[in-house]
Amino acid sequence: MKLNSTNRFWIVFILTIPMLIQMLAMPFHWMMPGYNWVALVTTTIIMIIGAWPYWTSGWAAFKKHNANMNTLVAIGTGIAYLYSLFAMVTGRPVYFESAAFITVFVLLGDTMEERMHDNASNALQKLLKLQVKSAQVLRDGHFVETPLAEVQVGDIVQVKPGQKVPVDGVITSGQSTVDESMITGESMPVQKHAGDQVVGSTINGDGAIEFRATKVGNDTMLAQIVEMVKKAQTSHAPIQNLTDRISQIFVPAVLIIAIMTFTIWFAFLGATAVQAMLFAVATIVIACPCALGLATPTALMVGTGRAAKMGVLIKDGTALEEIENVKTIIFDKTGTITNGQPAVTDIVGNQSQVLQVAASLEASSEHPLAAAILQKAKAESVDYPSATDFQALEGRGVMAKVNGEGAFVGNERLAAESKLPSDLQQKLHTLQAAAKTVVIVGYAGQVIGLIAIQDAPKPSSAAAISALKARGLKTVMLTGDNQRVAEAIAKQVGIDQVIAGVLPNQKAEQVQALQKDGKVAFVGDGINDAPALTTADVGIAMGSGTDIAIESGSIVLVQNDLNGVVRALDISKKTFNRIKLNLFWALIYNLIGIPIAAGLFVSFGLQLSPEIAALAMAFSSVSVVTSSLLLNRVKIAGTTAA
Amino acid sequence: MAQLITLIVAVVLIAGIIWWFFGKHQQEVSDATVSNNSQSATVVVNGGYSPETVILKKGVPAQLHFDMKDHTACLSHVVFDKLGVNKDLTKQPVTTIDIPTDKAGEYNFACGMDMFHGKVVVK
Repeated sequence: MKLNSTNRFWIVFILTIPMLIQMLAMPFHWMMPGYNWVALVTTTIIMIIGAWPYWTSGWAAFKKHNANMNTLVAIGTGIAYLYSLFAMVTGRPVYFESAAFITVFVLLGDTMEERMHDNASNALQKLLKLQVKSAQVLRDGHFVETPLAEVQVGDIVQVKPGQKVPVDGVITSGQSTVDESMITGESMPVQKHAGDQVVGSTINGDGAIEFRATKVGNDTMLAQIVEMVKKAQTSHAPIQNLTDRISQIFVPAVLIIAIMTFTIWFAFLGATAVQAMLFAVATIVIACPCALGLATPTALMVGTGRAAKMGVLIKDGTALEEIENVKTIIFDKTGTITNGQPAVTDIVGNQSQVLQVAASLEASSEHPLAAAILQKAKAESVDYPSATDFQALEGRGVMAKVNGEGAFVGNERLAAESKLPSDLQQKLHTLQAAAKTVVIVGYAGQVIGLIAIQDAPKPSSAAAISALKARGLKTVMLTGDNQRVAEAIAKQVGIDQVIAGVLPNQKAEQVQALQKDGKVAFVGDGINDAPALTTADVGIAMGSGTDIAIESGSIVLVQNDLNGVVRALDISKKTFNRIKLNLFWALIYNLIGIPIAAGLFVSFGLQLSPEIAALAMAFSSVSVVTSSLLLNRVKIAGTTAA
Repeated sequence: MAQLITLIVAVVLIAGIIWWFFGKHQQEVSDATVSNNSQSATVVVNGGYSPETVILKKGVPAQLHFDMKDHTACLSHVVFDKLGVNKDLTKQPVTTIDIPTDKAGEYNFACGMDMFHGKVVVK
């Protein structure tokens, strides 16, 4: 017969009812007829069904020089039961109910704890459930329902409105809004066009799209996230070394304390053997190594799961613990604080005319700045005629004919030939002082305006950095760019310190130098950030970054947004504090509970019977798991409780 | 007289506990059985893991079978922290876990509360 602990608990619970009735009736001086026999029979069955597994497990552990929770339960119930058998034969008062109640409470604790443990680990199951089972894949000109496992890289996949995107890919046609909240934590649906990336298990909005699969199976973002969360949830936090050391000596130490309790009560304080035995049994039963053992893993499981839901992937318990002591946060500039792509920030002169001329000229240019201008023209819906007689002037700009008139886009050297009006001259200097790259646009022999281009900070960067500063952290920006550009960006977002002109291979050295003043976290996204991410005490990689960066970071932000750093900090701190609280509670419980059970405070009228001790023990481990589950409800910056 | 005997017995018991649990004792180690380019080993779970250390050959695909003989909550899960594995052993009598053997190294495993430990050595 195979019973799980829930079934065992219910059987044992029903069997204890007669003893419970007797216990409640005791104050009214009512004795159940033949109580001893009833107790003997029910307790014997309880021992066989409920306590036997603890006895065998405890014995098997003992043979291997191990002792654990089961050892304590086995000894506690064993002594109470065997003594009662002896007492019954010799006509003394029996204590069957102690053995029975200890068993029922221990089973209750095990059952509840198991159930809550499953709750704690369900973040992962929720993630796995996001996955769809099949996809509409183009095969021989038709879209065919295909099992997910058979979808290949390069397949064209169709997603109808309201459906889930099955795998990762790039949109080939159609446009829609996509709800990516399950992956990034971002609650606003994101607009997607042809050429944009889509991520598997996100939900398509009201448009139909077709996309080419780029990642399938274990390579999809969701699969990677699941893998990372799995590892994080089973990882160890360094603080556990403490509990490991305690748990190795805990149970033998409790056994020694129990023997001393018995000896001192019986041999020195003149208690009867039975009284001394009850103190010893209570001591054994109240001790709860489980609470200590559960404190860290359950909190880690809930904390990392919650973090994943917010788009923060914490790779292990070590990162969680290190971040607590971080004093300085170092940011890479390009792609981390800024968008990583130059964009038009200012247009001086007649907006649409300037943009139109510039776009006409740049349409056939391959210069990186040209892309920024064309994007702006597209965003503003500016139509531009195509230019003729195109001429690229090395180091100066481009010239061509637009609508039959000569036009140019270029720097001051190119513009020198036409005269730059003094008001534009002044604007040019202001924009340059703000570390922007400025191009001059000329048409029909005249300068008609200026376009300023900059790799601008992400909209969220300034708020995130001020939130970090509010937490007392020093913020540093590390960049290969020149001092002037770096400082202009730093000013816009409120960074404390700028280290500019750093060569890619020097980033790690700079991190080391900053480590002299305390622990540092490094936030970056590029291949050249990998050494710095590894060197820093906590490496935070932007999820949109390169695979190498993601590999090197100990925390990965799914959303390409610095608010994730704030969230990562918050959830890590809260989780680690919860671990400390759990450990503190588990230690205090044992430190206070054991002396009380041993009868140290009897003179103050404080005394515990073995059954109450068992109840306390069951609830101490349940309370630790509850405390960990409550991590799902704590407030984290920028999110609501799950 | 009874007091004196109790005292002596108590001292003997305490000494016994210290020797039994804290003294140096041999650990059980066992090699995996290799057959046709695969290897497997069985760990019996009963009040701990036996054997506590399993040795696997590098480069041969390996499976570790956990044979669940314990009926208490303590050992219900086995966790390989480095592999991201956290398996409930109570769902089926024998739970099989694939162990990567492409690199030499050690993988520790423990119960859900980190009270019982074992390890797999790949060499």
